[in-house]
Amino acid sequence: MTARGYILFALMALALAGVGAFQSWQLAITILNMSLISAIMALGVNMQWGYAGLFNVGIMGFTAVGGLAVVLVAQPPVPEAWAAGGLGALLGLLLGVASILAAVVVYQRLPKGRLRGLAVFAVLVVGYFITSAVFGPATQAIEAVNPASEGYLGGLGLPVVLAWPVGALFAAGVAWLVGKVSLGLRSDYLAIATLGISEIVIAVLKFEGWMSRGVNNVTGIDRPVTRPVDLQAAPWVQSLAETLGWGVGQTASVVSGLGYAGLFILVLGVLIWLSERAWNSPWGRMMRAIRDNEVSARAMGKDVKQRHLAIFVLGSAVCGLAGAMMVSMDGQLTPGSYEPLRFTFLIWVMVIVGGSGNNWGAVLGGFVIWFLWVQVEPAGRWFMELVTSGMADGSDLKAHLLGSASYMRLLTMGVALLLMLRFAPRGLIPER
Amino acid sequence: MEFLNALVSLSNFMLIPALAYGSQLALGALGITLIYSILRFAHFAHGDTMALGTAAVIGGTFALQGAGVSIAPLPTALLAVPIGVVAMVLYLLAADRLVYRYYRRVRAKPMIFVMASLGVMFVTNGITRLFMGVGETRFEDGARFVFSVRDFRAFTGLSEGLALRNAQAITIVTALIVMVALFWFLNRTRAGKSMRAYSDNEDLALLSGINPERVVTITWVITGILLVLAGTLYGLDKGFRAFNYFQLLLPMFAAAILGGLGNPLGAIVGAYVVAFAEMGVTFAWRRVASYLLPDGFEPSGMVQLLPVDYKFAVTFMILVIVLLFRPTGIFKGKVL
Repeated sequence: MTARGYILFALMALALAGVGAFQSWQLAITILNMSLISAIMALGVNMQWGYAGLFNVGIMGFTAVGGLAVVLVAQPPVPEAWAAGGLGALLGLLLGVASILAAVVVYQRLPKGRLRGLAVFAVLVVGYFITSAVFGPATQAIEAVNPASEGYLGGLGLPVVLAWPVGALFAAGVAWLVGKVSLGLRSDYLAIATLGISEIVIAVLKFEGWMSRGVNNVTGIDRPVTRPVDLQAAPWVQSLAETLGWGVGQTASVVSGLGYAGLFILVLGVLIWLSERAWNSPWGRMMRAIRDNEVSARAMGKDVKQRHLAIFVLGSAVCGLAGAMMVSMDGQLTPGSYEPLRFTFLIWVMVIVGGSGNNWGAVLGGFVIWFLWVQVEPAGRWFMELVTSGMADGSDLKAHLLGSASYMRLLTMGVALLLMLRFAPRGLIPER
Repeated sequence: MEFLNALVSLSNFMLIPALAYGSQLALGALGITLIYSILRFAHFAHGDTMALGTAAVIGGTFALQGAGVSIAPLPTALLAVPIGVVAMVLYLLAADRLVYRYYRRVRAKPMIFVMASLGVMFVTNGITRLFMGVGETRFEDGARFVFSVRDFRAFTGLSEGLALRNAQAITIVTALIVMVALFWFLNRTRAGKSMRAYSDNEDLALLSGINPERVVTITWVITGILLVLAGTLYGLDKGFRAFNYFQLLLPMFAAAILGGLGNPLGAIVGAYVVAFAEMGVTFAWRRVASYLLPDGFEPSGMVQLLPVDYKFAVTFMILVIVLLFRPTGIFKGKVL
């Protein structure tokens, strides 16, 4: 990292410290933790965009799949639900996969022609009806089990940290499917395909209640760090609170937040170390060569499509990891809260502002943009109050403007993105 | 009789809604395909610009309603469309001057354009929400139905009813007029021909004295008209919610790709294919089937292939199939 990078990171730390001193340390820690997660997402996107020039607008989907992994790994299983329809649901899934595979086999074996089309169609139709005959009743039975608090299969009841790599694996699987279909075609196709898959992932999370409880949310997921409530009882926290002169509740939540921060910094550190190694390796040089001139890279005998697929899967896996970490920090999976603006496009702003093609830049972008995202809202409210101060109290326009202050952040992010792209396209910490 | 009842039920719940939805998508997909063939990038801000255009129309509608202007039985919003069109054309041209023109000049890669359109999308999104919030706004007024279920039953004596809502009829008619006008413009007028020439071979078009900035301006004007109409018709039909417009992006892109990016006729066909596939797969066929199948064979379930929540999955499957088997679309892309 250059001197410029160190200075920028120092300024960022100062800004966070300022939040701690003037607003509250709890807020500062919350921003820090989410910034760390955002930085990991930005790192993943930077692999795809900065290393390979791939445009992924489905980040939301990959993070959500990572989040699902937390539920499936860490939640205790629900034995009644398993008894009611667990096997049926699994069998249904297998049948679904089997019918798609059968269609693929038929497609490959039969000669080209109308017969092949009809045969593939017939296999899919028959497969669909068999699958739904098994799958439908099973999932209904599962969702009927104690629907107020369960109504899903639950997970494996394993330690929650295990879910993080599993989340990465899930995201990698989804990315492999998408990449297999849309890479090697016109570059915009990947963008549109990823946009689609992310909407589908969210739809699945929302409506497959047997798996994720859907819009009923899974709450109370096991956390890797002791919860503030449990910390409050610990004598060392109480004595720490006394030394600092804070309330016990505040101290406990700061300590708990710092625990997460430690874990996240560890993960981020390992990822950055690996990314930097990769960037400086022959592999990294090859990726940049492909990015900068696909045709000549192909002439040198590089399999561009395979390399693109590999880096796309890798970057998405990192996003999945970050998604899993986020869910285990919140302790809940809320499919309704996944919004493309927040989980896809904001991450893009981070990468562009931070500096695409530079790992440290992406990380810094994650910090800066998340900080702005949180802090622009009060600033927007202040701005709106300034604008409306001349208006009569109780006027509709004033109330409306004050009420919409929170949308100022979208506007700000867009302007930030456009300005950076235009005047400093290489970002805060440019690629070396 | 049974067959007629089946047909009427099918029309009422699927064919007419799908036709209206397809027309709305077609107008949107036409804009995407035009931008792609002239400016050569995937315009991600399309959905949100549609939302902002509709917001402008809604503003105009409310102002007109406040002034007591009405063209009942037609919705007042139709009168306000020109207001929205002017506003959006100005907005799009401003975006072009402030954002895209620079990248044209430096001949940036297409992906940079897409990125810039993401920035425009954010800004547009923010402005729309500043005005409209995130809730649903309904702005349909005038008569609700061209003919209602009761009229239809009384007229035909069938047991199944068929209703044609005003919004649906207006959508289908408007879309038809706009499409004809657009093709007339592209094929018959000088400006349209210069657009086609520019899209076909940029260098040759420049050489023959076509002013690229003029072509670009015309493209944005047409896009502005198309997207305000598409947005307004969609809003009249289903109510205005900013987020729904963003979500239209996927079906619109799928339609444009299915028809071959850059091919206007393809975009229209693609839009109807996407609309009918979405509605057909998520439609509960039970009623129709119960008329068509012999007695005693009535289906017990809903006979719905996928729940409505998965309509994106249908669009996406279409997209995947196209990308796998016919990446250039059913008609070959990039011919304006």
